[in-house]
Amino acid sequence: MTKDTSKVNPLENEAIYIIREVAAQFEKPVLLFSGGKDSITLVRLAQKAFYPAKIPFPLMHIDTGHNFPETIAFRDRLVKELGLELIVRNVQDSIDEGKVKEESGRYSSRNSLQTTTLLDAIEEFKFDACIGGARRDEEKARAKERIFSVRDDFGQWDEKNQRPELFDMLNGQIHLGQNVRVFPISNWTELDVWSYIEREHIEIPSIYFAHTRETFLRDGLIWSSDDEVVYRDENEVVEERLVRFRTVGDMSCTAAVLSDAADIASVVQEIRESTISERGARIDDKRSEAAMEKRKQQGYF
Amino acid sequence: MEVLKIATAGSVDDGKSTLIGRILYDTKSLTSDKLEAIEKTSKQKGYDYLDFSLATDGLVAEREQGITIDVAHIYFSTQTKSYIIADTPGHVEYTRNMVTGASTSQAAIILIDARKGVIEQTNRHFFINNLLRVKEVIVAINKMDLVDFSEDIYNKIKADFEILMQKRDYQDQNITFIPVSALKGDNVVHKSKNTPWYKGQTLLEHFELLDTEDVYNVGTPRFPVQYVIRPKTEEFHDFRGYAGKVYGGELSVGDEVVALPSQTKSKIKEIYLYDQSYQTASRRSSVTITLEDDINVSRGDMLVKVDDLPTIDKQFTATISWMDSQNLVTGNKYVLQHGVNKVLAKVDVIHHKIHPDYSGIEEHISALGMNDIASVTFKLNKSIFFDPFKNHRTNGSFILIDSQSNNTVGAGFIQ
Repeated sequence: MTKDTSKVNPLENEAIYIIREVAAQFEKPVLLFSGGKDSITLVRLAQKAFYPAKIPFPLMHIDTGHNFPETIAFRDRLVKELGLELIVRNVQDSIDEGKVKEESGRYSSRNSLQTTTLLDAIEEFKFDACIGGARRDEEKARAKERIFSVRDDFGQWDEKNQRPELFDMLNGQIHLGQNVRVFPISNWTELDVWSYIEREHIEIPSIYFAHTRETFLRDGLIWSSDDEVVYRDENEVVEERLVRFRTVGDMSCTAAVLSDAADIASVVQEIRESTISERGARIDDKRSEAAMEKRKQQGYF
Repeated sequence: MEVLKIATAGSVDDGKSTLIGRILYDTKSLTSDKLEAIEKTSKQKGYDYLDFSLATDGLVAEREQGITIDVAHIYFSTQTKSYIIADTPGHVEYTRNMVTGASTSQAAIILIDARKGVIEQTNRHFFINNLLRVKEVIVAINKMDLVDFSEDIYNKIKADFEILMQKRDYQDQNITFIPVSALKGDNVVHKSKNTPWYKGQTLLEHFELLDTEDVYNVGTPRFPVQYVIRPKTEEFHDFRGYAGKVYGGELSVGDEVVALPSQTKSKIKEIYLYDQSYQTASRRSSVTITLEDDINVSRGDMLVKVDDLPTIDKQFTATISWMDSQNLVTGNKYVLQHGVNKVLAKVDVIHHKIHPDYSGIEEHISALGMNDIASVTFKLNKSIFFDPFKNHRTNGSFILIDSQSNNTVGAGFIQ
């Protein structure tokens, strides 16, 4: 028996507390799982929160159809190993049903189309709380996000009318039709997440580590050319590079970084020394200075 | 890694966002793409310096008006600590955000414009941080570059503030004065050559040496039960664990405890965090506790040591901070959330309003408006188990929820 719990990370204590509040205060919570490192970390925290019982809510993946194949394979293995329930809803279905229109051209991405599929799924399953891995340090609109963030019937975020959150107390009372987005790792930084993955020996998809990949350059960013979903001009030259991904979103909007960090220790070291922010490699945020805030108001996760 | 949460308070144009931007810049916490964005926007606006406030003002309306509307959270770390800064707006009408920011912080920075000195707003900022019992307050006297780094001006402001300090209720609060220029970087991270008369630490040096132990939660252990864990698997067939966070003190295996409100006694059998078992659950840790006896404990109940009971009552008086546009009126009913426990509360008596600028109290009050602070007696439909806020920052506080709107409409600190 270990002596005491004083060495436990205060951020971990906070996240476990939040996840337990979700299970206690809501009827139908769900954990939004993207296969990225943040949502994988959430799964571990949820395991810890309810051990030795199973996680008392399902995982849901809004699949753009443009995910890295490594991420999908990883997702399926994780769910099987932990005996979790996984719900998958596809952006392709929303396109086929004519609810959203595929973007075209140079910067086309299915990233923003996810919102419609997500809102439909929330309505289909009557989810009242969606746990997500967003962090306040990622982006400045997210810096103002609450831990329990209320969304209206249309999934919209009313950023000027948010509930104050005092001490540890989380107010999860909502009206019928509303739902709450919950962010247990709000106060973690990218480095906190990586250090946690290292310390806890959490397995993550291989694309987070250095590997050789067919890539091309655009606007100073490195794009994967392995797949047809990434739009590429004739004059954009494909080259093999040693790269890794710092964030794992849609292939069409996630750029790689040059890196030889092949294991978790070197990744942590690299993040420590890095001078480019994580979302610097996400083209979806660069569309305008207020890109994230606009998408969040419309119900983006 | 230790984590230190700091709240900031300052009036409009005192340079709060600039100070935070300066800290990020001097600790090399601004990434190259963020710095690029700041350079680009500063240039567009025609500034000949870097507008660090752009590093924190996140919402569109804020950038348009050049002010901070909502609490923003900013993160940076040094070799010794991880820092979370809650950047709270300075307007009179946003008192609720200041209360919110202070409620989760162990330290606060109060900014004063050296040209203006102690103003009415300063009184409010100090009052709130004292009311919330924030242990460490740093009074940053900013814009020293605009008063020629004058020692006399610094001393005058310090003396004025010390008069204010005599009025405070929470006397053990530590208060430190630092002359700074956020725009130029004096005494923020690096020592200034312009203030040879100042022998103290820079802002960051001061934080680096602070003890991050959350002093307000020191006291007696309180364990509000959040969730009951019953795996019902073959391996853990009879397992019945109580999940929650330990506040105030520590709990160990073998401790004799009482479950409230049933007042049933038992002993702590095991303490779990994930698949590890521990001898002791330290303050602020999220654990799962099992008991020797099979007693009835559910969410909202509380485990405490047998010799250390809180007050158990259906009535109490508290200082409250009202946060809603709809008035609080005598006789109104609200949902009162005390930790993870919820009861119904009725406003019994509004004793008096407290002016948060230390200008006294106002009696014969029948209603409270947004940003009012007052002494109020509540009657509850069920007993809760509480401690005075001055003894227990967690078990002495609560929030009020409007059952129509479901909004959090007030915060209270039990007297």
